[in-house]
Amino acid sequence: MAKKVAFLQGNEAAAQGALYAGCTFFGGYPITPSTEVAEVMSVELPKIGGKFIQMEDEIGAMASVIGASLTGAKVLTATSGPGLSLKQELIGYACIAETPCVIVNVMRGGPSTGMPTGPSQSDVMCAKWGTHGDHPAICLTPASVQELFEETVRAFNLAEKYRTPVMVMPDEIVAHMRERIVFPEPGELEVINRTAPSVSPAEYKPYDTSFGDVPPLAAFGSGYRFHVTGLNKGQDGFPTTKAAWVQAEEERQVRKVDANIDDIVQFEEYELADAEVAIVAYGSTSRSARFAVNEARKQGIKAGLFRIKTFWPFPEKQIAALAGKVKAFITPEMNLGMCTGEVKRCAEGKAAVHGIFRVDGEPINPGQILEKIKEVK
Amino acid sequence: MAFDYDKYIRPGKLPHIWCPGCGHGIVMKGLIRAIDTLGLQKDNTAIVSGIGCASRLPGYMDFCTLHTAHGRAAAFATGVKMAKPEMNVILVGGDGDGTAIGGNHFIHACRRNIDMTYIIMNNNIYGMTGGQFSPCTPTGAKASTTVYGNPDPAFDVAKLAIGAGATFVARGTAYHATQIDKLIAEAIQHKGFSVVEILDDCPTTYGRRNKFKSVIEMMNRLKDIAVPVKAAEKMTAEQLEGKILTGVLYKEERPNYTDEYAKVIERAKK
Amino acid sequence: MSQRYEIRFSGAGGQGLILAGVIMAEAASIYDGKQAVQSQSYGPEARGGASKSEVIVSDTMIDYPKATVVDALLALTQEAADKYSHDLKEGGVLLIDSDLVKNVPKGNFNTVAFPIINTAKNEVGREIVANIVALGAMVALTGVVTKEGAEKAVLARVPEAFMELNKKAFQMGYEKAIAARA
Repeated sequence: MAKKVAFLQGNEAAAQGALYAGCTFFGGYPITPSTEVAEVMSVELPKIGGKFIQMEDEIGAMASVIGASLTGAKVLTATSGPGLSLKQELIGYACIAETPCVIVNVMRGGPSTGMPTGPSQSDVMCAKWGTHGDHPAICLTPASVQELFEETVRAFNLAEKYRTPVMVMPDEIVAHMRERIVFPEPGELEVINRTAPSVSPAEYKPYDTSFGDVPPLAAFGSGYRFHVTGLNKGQDGFPTTKAAWVQAEEERQVRKVDANIDDIVQFEEYELADAEVAIVAYGSTSRSARFAVNEARKQGIKAGLFRIKTFWPFPEKQIAALAGKVKAFITPEMNLGMCTGEVKRCAEGKAAVHGIFRVDGEPINPGQILEKIKEVK
Repeated sequence: MAFDYDKYIRPGKLPHIWCPGCGHGIVMKGLIRAIDTLGLQKDNTAIVSGIGCASRLPGYMDFCTLHTAHGRAAAFATGVKMAKPEMNVILVGGDGDGTAIGGNHFIHACRRNIDMTYIIMNNNIYGMTGGQFSPCTPTGAKASTTVYGNPDPAFDVAKLAIGAGATFVARGTAYHATQIDKLIAEAIQHKGFSVVEILDDCPTTYGRRNKFKSVIEMMNRLKDIAVPVKAAEKMTAEQLEGKILTGVLYKEERPNYTDEYAKVIERAKK
Repeated sequence: MSQRYEIRFSGAGGQGLILAGVIMAEAASIYDGKQAVQSQSYGPEARGGASKSEVIVSDTMIDYPKATVVDALLALTQEAADKYSHDLKEGGVLLIDSDLVKNVPKGNFNTVAFPIINTAKNEVGREIVANIVALGAMVALTGVVTKEGAEKAVLARVPEAFMELNKKAFQMGYEKAIAARA
């Protein structure tokens, strides 16, 4: 049987990806340009007995998904810049309480209200540093409608596997453009569910590290009674200020991601084998970059593209290796140099890094990148 | 035989953090008796709180307990209740947590009439942070941030809840300990969003700044100002000056949120 | 790049141009088996303001989703004609509403003009289908999607009760554009 095909908007694909992954709860608050995610979930979730709730504000939306996740549901919220800022405290809560959840954040101009209908990539640092305190960060930056579907599925998998919030961050262009999408059959993409406890309720501890860095998570209402808090906690979930333990726990929470970078980080290399100039790009900007690489190659210039799919954790190892091979990096992005700073950090001066920055609500076009390739080759 | 509170307390989690003379413990015991009366199952009951002294209560209780962020208890609890409507969900917290930083979640939980019970321990102050004035601090009172007297008018929590759409609103005091469990039990049994405000005392950060010489004096004040709703009906406006009504202040039957959402599911499945 | 064909539908918010672009792209990608990407830019207004919807059609993978050099432009308002004609390529197709765009953008374009909105209003019977009249015209003028594919895409998007109306609008636009070009 032929696979189901549709012509979908990015935001719609994100919602469909969430449903494919088994999401049964959405809590949200309307904000441009992410609202289509909520709209699709409001239609589709009740059909499968799932729950959609439009909360009173962005913070409430984040709180509701964490609450629902603790009952065992796979949960999603969607927002955009200002909403991401508002959600940050509770994203930190989800990190320390180790509660799986997925946040789709459509990047628009900022700071503050900025340019609500204009594209941007200026939330990528907020994805890592937005909430206070040390914490793990996973952030995916898809570049097409199909990929937005698939990466949302992967976001759920990573959230469930590592018991942590995961962000999917399309820029407004990817979120709002429409492309053909081929729906994977059930079972075609891997779907991961959180590990349930293997011990009895009496023996259960919600942060029992004897099971490894990602302890099994029970569900409220399933016979397991436990305590969840945003305070530093012991294995049993109750508040503690024991210095050595708190230090070890903070380190473990960050290690959940840091020790599994190869499992989490995904990227695409295009025409990089003999490249002298490597463009490092993500989201819709990577599509302009690919266009520019093709043009450059036609003109005999050895250009290539390193496309970031997983922005956090940052593909440090790969960028560092490239820095030893290419003459220069070009980093086009719709902000004033966020990824550029990371590339410079990883390149450690071994290759020059040339940014192309746009924050005027217009996409970076292939011509701009091609010009820069010619300039630095 | 004395009531066995230990049945519902997590082993090894006491003593609590509350100061001597604080009324939060009286409220916790009232809640335990109410739960016992109703026979609520521990596995099927979530107790959710925000931040503050009162919000430490869930940690002591042997249920599914969720100590959230400042002001957010109602929003977290809404997620729990929506995802598992068959669970009993009880919220506890203080006046600052519930009516200032959490005010928006509070009024919208009232509006939705989601079937949960919210116990607000109103001690008129931010106790945990050292005695700053809250939206429930009386005008003129002293707090660490109103040393010249509080210029703000105070919220009437019960009126706020009624105005926002809560369908069961009751008020008691920490002094009237034996009434607390009855109010809470009735609130939990009510189908819809129920609010129980318990006027409480904070001797450490409120009492000493406002010329209360002892905990007993604070408790006596609660005794003196409380007037049961029934008794108030026979009193004049003059007699009611400075008094606060206690008992069940408001009750109505209205469709509750999770039942209404169940209908949404039915319609969507058609 | 030679296979890449870029179309821009422009006008005012509320004229249904984003939908026209979506249908054109669906015709290409779902019914004609080509690659297509549709994107848009819009302001805060739900109605009015300048609005554009861009469609890229190609035989191969489409990387950059926005227009670079526009092959065909529809402008339903003077504001849109002024704002969005700067990157129309030499020899490209320019379709305008002859009642509304009085200052025709200057350039070496194949300009086609007919009263699009009035056709919808007076000849089809409902102003609301002006976008489908315009779509029919763009399908005729660009030849980038098949007429059959486009018709199927239109019908897949409209409610049963409005199928005939939209069929008529599409056909009328298609014919008027050919007549106006001749």
